[in-house]
This record gives sequence, structure tokens and C-alpha cells, in this order.
Amino acid sequence: MVDMKISRRNILKSLSMGVTVGSVLRVIPLEAAEFAHGLIASEKSDKATGYVPKFFDPHAYKTLQLLCETILPADADSGGAVEAGAPEFIDLLTSENPTYQLRLGGGLMWLDSACTDRYEKAYLECTPHQQKEILDLIAYRKNADSDASLEQGVDFFAFLRNFTADGFFTSQIGIKYLGYVGNSFLTDFPGCPPVAGV
Amino acid sequence: MPKSNAARKVYDVCVIGSGAGGGTAAKVLTEGGLSVVMLEAGPRLKPETDYKEHIWPYELAHRGADVGGKGRGQFNDEFLAPNGFWEIDGEPYTTAPGSNFNWFRSRIEGGRTNHWGRIALRFGPADFKARSTDGMGDDWPITYEELAPYYDKIESYIGVFGSKENIPNSPDGMFLPPPRPRCTETIIKKACDSLNITCIPSRLAILTKPLNGRPACHYCAQCGRGCMTASNFSSSQVMIPVAQGTGRFTMIANAMAREIVLGKDGKAEAVSYIDKATRQEERVYAKAFVVAASACESARLLLNSRSSSFPDGLANSSGVVGGYLTDSVGSSVTGYFPQLENFPAHNHDGVGGAHMYMPWWRFGKKNEFLRGYHIEFGGGRDMPGVGGFDGVCAEQEGYGVSLKQKCRSSYGAFIGLAGRGEMIPNEKSYCEIDPNVVDRWGIPVLRFHWQWGENEMKMAEDMQETFRSIIEAGGGRIHSTRRRGAPKSEISVGGEIIHELGTVRMGDNPKTSALNRNCQAHDVKNLFVADAAPFVSNPDKNPTLTIMALAWRTSEYLLDRAKRGEI
Repeated sequence: MVDMKISRRNILKSLSMGVTVGSVLRVIPLEAAEFAHGLIASEKSDKATGYVPKFFDPHAYKTLQLLCETILPADADSGGAVEAGAPEFIDLLTSENPTYQLRLGGGLMWLDSACTDRYEKAYLECTPHQQKEILDLIAYRKNADSDASLEQGVDFFAFLRNFTADGFFTSQIGIKYLGYVGNSFLTDFPGCPPVAGV
Repeated sequence: MPKSNAARKVYDVCVIGSGAGGGTAAKVLTEGGLSVVMLEAGPRLKPETDYKEHIWPYELAHRGADVGGKGRGQFNDEFLAPNGFWEIDGEPYTTAPGSNFNWFRSRIEGGRTNHWGRIALRFGPADFKARSTDGMGDDWPITYEELAPYYDKIESYIGVFGSKENIPNSPDGMFLPPPRPRCTETIIKKACDSLNITCIPSRLAILTKPLNGRPACHYCAQCGRGCMTASNFSSSQVMIPVAQGTGRFTMIANAMAREIVLGKDGKAEAVSYIDKATRQEERVYAKAFVVAASACESARLLLNSRSSSFPDGLANSSGVVGGYLTDSVGSSVTGYFPQLENFPAHNHDGVGGAHMYMPWWRFGKKNEFLRGYHIEFGGGRDMPGVGGFDGVCAEQEGYGVSLKQKCRSSYGAFIGLAGRGEMIPNEKSYCEIDPNVVDRWGIPVLRFHWQWGENEMKMAEDMQETFRSIIEAGGGRIHSTRRRGAPKSEISVGGEIIHELGTVRMGDNPKTSALNRNCQAHDVKNLFVADAAPFVSNPDKNPTLTIMALAWRTSEYLLDRAKRGEI
């Protein structure tokens, strides 16, 4: 089968070659650029399924997925962090950054050790009640003030929470959930809509 | 081996650097009939493939955080137009013990005009008369009135929006109409009105009407990514193509200038540069040289151009090259505005920058400090990005639906205010050649010395108080301060605002300045400087528009000399 996909490079290259007539400036007309970006978007959304983690081993990756989804879960308004691709995003960055490898790879092992100490099971095998119990300990900074043995867990969870938020809120569903409107081509900017209090 | 004289190609002018100053010089000189060769330390720019305009974060595997997360929360994230760096592999700089300095450099056709905030403010009449006004610093050898016609020319050519306001020492320009305010700007404007702080439409080099073959802005807020329609100003899209169109322009990319070579006649005759692709040293010959490599890089080139005539660096008999280094005073506070919670979804993008700003509103009044600052602000319902939820996550903590909802309700409710103030030059802030370190091309690197003065510290304190009062008057609460690095106070790190300048200053006295009133070296008549290095003061107005106005004026002077056969 002939590959019908047109690359972003080729589209924009062909556009830019055709538009310099009458102007020495390097300008791509609005409509052409908009068309090109539309094509690129549809090309990119056709993404392959079945992600193979680059850094985390299967057990750690499953734990990561569960934690991400617990941090920002699906609800009535939208899907959650796993649908948003947060674990893939976190795995990719971690595979490239030794500091993240320590903080997240080490952090996941800290969590399993803490669960083994308390419940004699890794986090994944714990009951939902046990999982909630340990997360409620490491999800709040103040708990480490009274129990210094939680310090590393609290640091790990805060770090993971930030990256889960990155992964969710930069995804298609996360951006829709927030209600961001834009990244578009307007001929005029309307300004602030009429709203009480502004 | 250098070629023999007979085989040499000698250009009329060699311009070193392709940014605001170099681009302007190339346009004016080639249109005036001279042949120009330009050296750029980075590659050519290809907007069609290099820009990430209109890309969503989820279309990139790293979501904008870049490889290993190195762009996370950074100005130069994965979306920024190419090759703007805080650190360049193999091209280090050093800081003296006790000094902290950040140096943002671009290695790309168009230089930092690919990355700047498009803020295009004229300096005011008093800014050229610093010493006469308050006894500190020095006066420029030229007046506002002498530069004003060139402000007119540059604004008319590149397109700047704004409004006529008649504000003392913040001159109006040739303005395109400004865009309508965003909600966040409406809130801050009301707060400022109640505090008698002047808040007016911004003055940005972005087209709100078509101009010179460039279409108007399409309001995607992504100027920093590079604009496919060239509706904002960059040298790479607005200056260099025009120079190229004359047929008298040659660009040598990936060329790292090492030394300007002095001829037997006491004039500069060539630039030695490293071809980064081959790592070979090459020479390019010209009748005149315009150094526009950015203030500190230009100083570095001159300091590294040593000869028996100039043992301390070319055109540096005064010893001032590298001295008088300043940056803008920066300080910032973020406010949280509850009235923006759960605000109806609407397009908040606008242009790639604030639609309003606060020019210095206490000019001529008795203040706790000399000179002044302007205020920039931003925030609201911007496109979500990596690192953008760290604050709410740290504050809210926990996990689950409640965290998710809190992220949503607070999204768009933050407004950050940032001050940009004037630094008075001091003898403890300068750059020099580090005697022990060379870069990967074998070129000795710069070592920075930096210290803010007391006036700057007072100014930063005043900014903090002002921002807090604006936030409170606007119905918000103080959320946090935002800083890069870890300074002890609320003042920015030197260089962080990327307005470093003054290192090859102009003046009428050859003993206290390197350049004359035409930005021509006192010592070497065919050598000119056309970036922010010639500036005698660093007013609170961002330097780029003045770089271009001054480069235009310098280029016209050079053209005139060339016509008289003096170059």
C-alpha cells in the first residue's frame, strides 16, 4: 500500500515555495498555513496503540499507571490521567533523565517497601483501603512533619503529582476539561466577553 | 592559508550577527547599494519546518518539556523558536567569585529577535540625559530628537501597535491600532485606575493591520514560537529576506567570529571566523565592519582582537570595552484572582504578549530611588503547559477528583506582574576575557562580574510593594513570587531579563568611550557597532527598538561615508 500520509515538512515546504511571488518576505498565507496545520493534526491523532515502557519495568509501570489514575481520575466530566497518556509521558521523560530515574524509580520502590512493611504486600497487591491509607499519609506535607520516615514518600508523591498534572492537562481531554479555547486563527480579537464582575 | 590579495573577494561591508542590529544594518546597507556579507554563529532559519506554531502540547511526545524535561517551566521550552539558550554546549562563559550572571544567547539566523517579547518602546528625552538629570551615569552623545526620525522609520517599517498618550518621557510612536484588552487586563486596568497608576495599551512589534506584504496577526498568542505569517517582527523574516532580495547580500551561517584583523593601514581588513561545520578557520574581507553580535558577544570579539596596536583589544584604547555592563532590574509577584474562577470558557489568546502595560508613572516626582520602571503582566486562560500546575498542586496537595476540580477552577485565575527597571552602571558590573577558559572553537570566553547597586535594590522593593497593592486593589490575593535561580532578595539575577548592554559604549570623549556619536570606533574608522553595546544608559524601556533605530542611523552614516569614498 502506498503511504498516503503527507508529512508536515513536505506540506509546509511546498506551501512556502509557492507564496513568495510578489513579496520577498518569507510569509505563508493564512489559509494555507491553517490548512497545513489541520492536516498535521489529523495525521498526529492517528497514533499507534500498545505502549512499551522505555524505563519502568512492567511491575513499576503498572504501579505508575495506577498512581497516575488515582491522582487525576476519570470522572463524570472527563477521562483520567491514563487515558490522557500521562504514564507514557512520564516514562519517556524518566528514560532520559537520571534525576527523574532516582526520584520516580526509587520512589516507586520506596512505596512498595513501605507497603510491605505495613501490609506485607507491594502497593499493587494491597486492598483499595490499604492503598488509600498509605497515599493519605504521603499526599500531604504536614504528615512528614510529625513522622520523618514519610519524608521521602511525600517528596516522591509531590513530584509524581506535578508530572501527572503535566501529562493530564496537556492532553486533548485535559485541555478540553479545563475549557481552554484558542490556538486558532482569528481575523479580529474580540477581547473580554461581557461578564459580571470584570 | 590566507589567499593572496588578487584572489580575495572584498565585500563593501561585513556585518557580524543577524539579529535586531545586524538585520537592520543589512537591510539599510544593501538597499543603499552596498554589498554585504553577514556572519551568523548559528544556522539559517527555516520557518516552515523550524516553527512549532499552532502545535498542541499533546502532538509532541515530550508535551513541550523537551528531552529529559529540560524545558519544563523554562522560557526556552520545546515550543520556543529554535536555538535560544541559557547554556550552549561547548560555548561556556564564566562568572567571577561572588558574581551571578545569566547570559541568554541565540545561535540562529535572526538571533534573539526570534525569541524577544516584541515590546517596542522608545527611550524618552531624559533617558539620553541621565547625568544632566540626576548626576548619575553619563549622558548619551546624541539626543532623543536626533534619534526620533529613526524611531519613525523603524516603526513604520516593522509595524508597532500602541496608542497616543502623551506620557512624560515615554514618547508616542507611529502606531497601528492596539488590540482589545483581555479579561485579566480589564481587571488590572481598573485596579491601576483606582491607584492612579497609568495603564495603557502595550507597544508591541506585532501587526494589527497588514503591512509591507505581511498579513495582520491572527491572535494565537504564540509569537515566541515564531510566526509562520511573519505578522510579528523578527530580523530573520522581515530584515534579512529584504537584504537578500537586493542581490547584494551574502550570508555565511554557522560562522563563529573569532577576531577582527587589522590591516597595515590601521583599518580593519578581515574577520577570522571558525566554520562550525568543518572546524576550519576562514577569513572574510571587507572595506567596513559592523559588529552586531549582541552587546557582550561584540565586546568579546573586540577584546579577543588583540594586536600590537591594540594590546587590550581592538578599538579599546579607552579601556572601556566590557565595562558599564547593565541589565534591567526585574522583580515579580503572582496574584490569584478568585473572580476569575470558573470563568466562562472563551478565547483569551490575543497577541503573543500583554495587550496593556504600565509605563513609568512617577516620572519627575520625588521617589525613594532614581530613574524608574515599567510593569508588564500576564496570565489568565493561556494554553495549558507543563509545569503550569505545580503551584496549585503544591497548595492543594492530596489527589483525586477534588484535586482535578481545583486545578480546573483555579486555571486562568492567576495574573503575574513583573517590573522592568533602569539599572545605573557601576564599576563592579562588567565582562572581560577569562584568562583560563576557551570554548570548543578555541576562542577565549567571557567572565562576568556582577553586582546590583543600592538604587536597584530599592527599586525592586518598590516594585514588590506596588505589585501587592495592585493585586489587592484588583480583588486578588498574593500567590507567590516567581524567580529564576536563588537570589537573596526579590531582585532578578543579572542578565536574567536579557537586556544586557553598554559594553562598547559611545561618547564624545575617546578616553571614556569606544565609539563616537555615530557608533563608529574612535580608534578604527571603518569599524562600527550596531547592537545594544553602544548604549550609554539602560532605561526601563526594553532595548530592541532603540537597537534598530540606532543601527538604522549608524548604517545611513556608513552609507554616506561610503558615497564620499571615505570607507
